[in-house]
Amino acid sequence: MSESFSYEDVIDGVKSAIKQAQTVLPKDVVQALEKAEKSESEDVAKSHLQAILKNVSIAKEKSIPMCQDTGIFIFKVEIGRNIVLPFNLEEALREALRQATLEIPLRPNAVHPITRHNSNDNTGVGLPDIKYSFIDEDELRVTVVPKGAGSENMSVLKMMNPTEVNSIDDFILESVFNAGGKPCPPVIVGVGVGGSFDKSAILAKTSLLRDVQDMDEEELHLLRRINSLGIGPMGMGGDTTALAVHINKAHCHTASLPVAINIQCWANRHSTVVFRRGSQWNII
Amino acid sequence: MEHHLKTPLYRDDILDLKCGDVVYLSGTILTARDEAHARMLEYNEKVEKLPFSLDGAVIYHCGPLMKQIENGWEVVAAGPTTSARMISMTPSLLDLYDVHVLIGKGGMDGLSASFEGRCIYLAYTGGCAALAARAIKKVKTFHWPDLGMAEGVWELEVENFGPLIVGMDAIENDLFSNIKEKAKGLIG
Repeated sequence: MSESFSYEDVIDGVKSAIKQAQTVLPKDVVQALEKAEKSESEDVAKSHLQAILKNVSIAKEKSIPMCQDTGIFIFKVEIGRNIVLPFNLEEALREALRQATLEIPLRPNAVHPITRHNSNDNTGVGLPDIKYSFIDEDELRVTVVPKGAGSENMSVLKMMNPTEVNSIDDFILESVFNAGGKPCPPVIVGVGVGGSFDKSAILAKTSLLRDVQDMDEEELHLLRRINSLGIGPMGMGGDTTALAVHINKAHCHTASLPVAINIQCWANRHSTVVFRRGSQWNII
Repeated sequence: MEHHLKTPLYRDDILDLKCGDVVYLSGTILTARDEAHARMLEYNEKVEKLPFSLDGAVIYHCGPLMKQIENGWEVVAAGPTTSARMISMTPSLLDLYDVHVLIGKGGMDGLSASFEGRCIYLAYTGGCAALAARAIKKVKTFHWPDLGMAEGVWELEVENFGPLIVGMDAIENDLFSNIKEKAKGLIG
């Protein structure tokens, strides 16, 4: 078990993943947007989808953030059980974010919740939000997830009664309706069902990392119901209100039924960097 | 219908624009979001003069991403922010200042009556910050830098900024509310 990557390697790799997430929209999302643009029947909706696709290609070509809201940061860190980390990983992640803020650049979005004082480097107490887990693979993976406030602010969590199982779909539909054009539709609706108060929210958020096309019958059915509302891109009418519905589930207490909905704008940004022995890092 | 408009814009310039029309703007626009709105209202209460003119001004709900360069600032990304956060402050703003055009995303629920005969709302595609930056030719001034990059007021020179879609016109039409009303019927 030898050390094969350093504190500096982690900084470089994570910075690169941050840049990738900000400037290049994942292929599956681009394809879903292209499909929506082709099939859209309303002029206003088509114009919005064309603007989005044009924006995505300018951002990629010029290597600049696709949205001025470069978000706050969630780092999903997966640690191979044989990996040795003889340095402060959390400090490396924070430093990568500080440097990325200046170099990419990113908008400084992290403020104290009460004084609203801006840290100016996107870090702060509890920010970035780092979630650790262990994996069998002999590698360290860091998935960078910038989350903008426009869509995040439209998210909801409800502690339902266990007998309300049949109302979950209606709750999801109502939440998308209430959000209207505010979260920058077409959205991806991330849902967490079960677990606990906090777990359901994490399930909802991590469901957004699934491939956009990866939906089962239940999810496709809900997607059709949402799109039949006609809210459309930016809430100005059209066939595409959502690109996907992803529902992740977990067992919960017999007296509980938490349901969390994390709405994601069309810019479903994320990127993963993998650190392996013998090589420095790769963006996957 | 497509309109190409130049700022400043006064009441008579906007009365004929209807929901669904497409607008391209050239001239000067001012960014303002939560904190800037609060301060603009506060200034008037104190009867102080603003450091910028709102006479015929176009207000863009936007917190841009800027980069400091040798001789000033460069726009990196500048898409619209959620206008709904400014709903409670907007009627007072329209009463106090000669502003007739707002740009943002998501609409401004419940403001149709306040807009009647004097203001329109133009929707820019949310998240299209790289595209928007291309139409911004110059950063003229940065007012209230103490509010920070996102919350301060940026005076920007734009050329053919758009497409902007009239989402709320001056004759009480609100495209966002119409769409929601239809959707409401489908939810049951």
